[in-house]
Amino acid sequence: MTTPPPTPAIHFRNVSFALANGQLLLDRISLSLDEGTTTAILGRSGSGKTTLLRTVNRLLDPTNGEVLLSGVNARDRNLIALRRSIGYVIQEVGLFPHFTLERNVALVLEAESTPLAQRIRRAHELLTAVGLAPDTFAGRFPRQLSGGQRQRAGLARALAADPPILLMDEPFGALDPLTRLEMQQMMRSLLQRFRKTVLLVTHDLDEALYLADRIVLLDSGRILANLTPQEFLRSAQPEVRAYVQAFRRALPADPATAPPTQEAAP
Amino acid sequence: MSFLSQNASTILTLTIEHLWLTASAMFFAAAIAIPAGILLARSPRWARPVIGIANILQTIPSLAMFGFLLPLPWLGDRAARIAIVALTAYALLPILRNTYAGIRGIDPSLVEVARALGLTSRQRLFKIELPLAASFILAGLRTATVTCVGIATIAAAVGAGGLGELIFRGVASVDNRLVLAGAIPAALLALTADALLGLLERLTKVPSA
Repeated sequence: MTTPPPTPAIHFRNVSFALANGQLLLDRISLSLDEGTTTAILGRSGSGKTTLLRTVNRLLDPTNGEVLLSGVNARDRNLIALRRSIGYVIQEVGLFPHFTLERNVALVLEAESTPLAQRIRRAHELLTAVGLAPDTFAGRFPRQLSGGQRQRAGLARALAADPPILLMDEPFGALDPLTRLEMQQMMRSLLQRFRKTVLLVTHDLDEALYLADRIVLLDSGRILANLTPQEFLRSAQPEVRAYVQAFRRALPADPATAPPTQEAAP
Repeated sequence: MSFLSQNASTILTLTIEHLWLTASAMFFAAAIAIPAGILLARSPRWARPVIGIANILQTIPSLAMFGFLLPLPWLGDRAARIAIVALTAYALLPILRNTYAGIRGIDPSLVEVARALGLTSRQRLFKIELPLAASFILAGLRTATVTCVGIATIAAAVGAGGLGELIFRGVASVDNRLVLAGAIPAALLALTADALLGLLERLTKVPSA
């Protein structure tokens, strides 16, 4: 007797998305994300990465196919409850300028009418987890922060309701390389600490290799490859090789043997 | 001086009347135009026609507006009613336009995050959209108030009272003192309203990053 495979945390089943003018942004995407894993969606601008991500928390609904979350069709769940159970981090961060960090971070809890003392405790806990000392930062406004600090706060906010799923859309894309590196390192240790199913949209191969368990390459709304980082580096598939070479051209080593982590970069 | 002491109580009464006309009109205009602006921001395809109508109201000469309303049933019975309805009509556009523009002007990534965080439509409105648009809405109220304080002087033409009465009387009797006794308090009212609402506007303004 074999145990049945666990239900994937996120399962895209034949998901297509077309604009009103008929342009197809996603073309019959089928993809499973196992619970607790990180999947990076890689691809050029316009390949449909963000569109795919946005079907999970239903900022967009697929025009065909369905998105199953732990086996339940996302459309059959209460929209508000669904969104509160999914953390969302974007490049622009989107901290509310009229709220302090504390209030920004605990906003989902506020929306759920959690008692104030509990909200504040949770906000401080999360600010600490992302490396923003609450004594200094809890009362600050977003405009008083650097880009990296804002992105940390955005991450803390996404984790506030302890959602099992985290959607990240080029979260570190706007940061300078050193800050980005710090954020990626922090992200990796956070993911080891809190088990989340993460869908990470990026066009940075390095980031995908460093953070993801699986790398999915998207082009014109279709999946070209769905590989582990090791497989991705060794793949002979021309589209994958092109991507790897574009990122590794400055390095003298054979891309297939280059270590898959950040630390290799000068 | 003797002119002032003789007319002080009249000026005071008319000032209060003037204030009352303007304040009532602003109350009604805000009660109509702010919710309407919010609705338009949610369904922008209606924005053009609705703001267009408010725009047309604005272009009707005030004396003509008072005249149009005079023969209407119920409204025509009391001059103050006519004045308040007319002033309300004039105040709609600036409030409506600013509410709409204020909400539509919010950074789209903030709106998207508010949705993605699972805020209900009501929570988005009261926690995010209205606070971020507040200074715009107040700027609209300010413009509307200053305009209405001025137009309210014309309301005296239909017998609605207010400081316009002194102005009309002064013009009829070629007495500049009377004209000024109406015009100066009216100007002061407008300036005060402008300053107070301007202060509120600055206090609610969210500094950008």
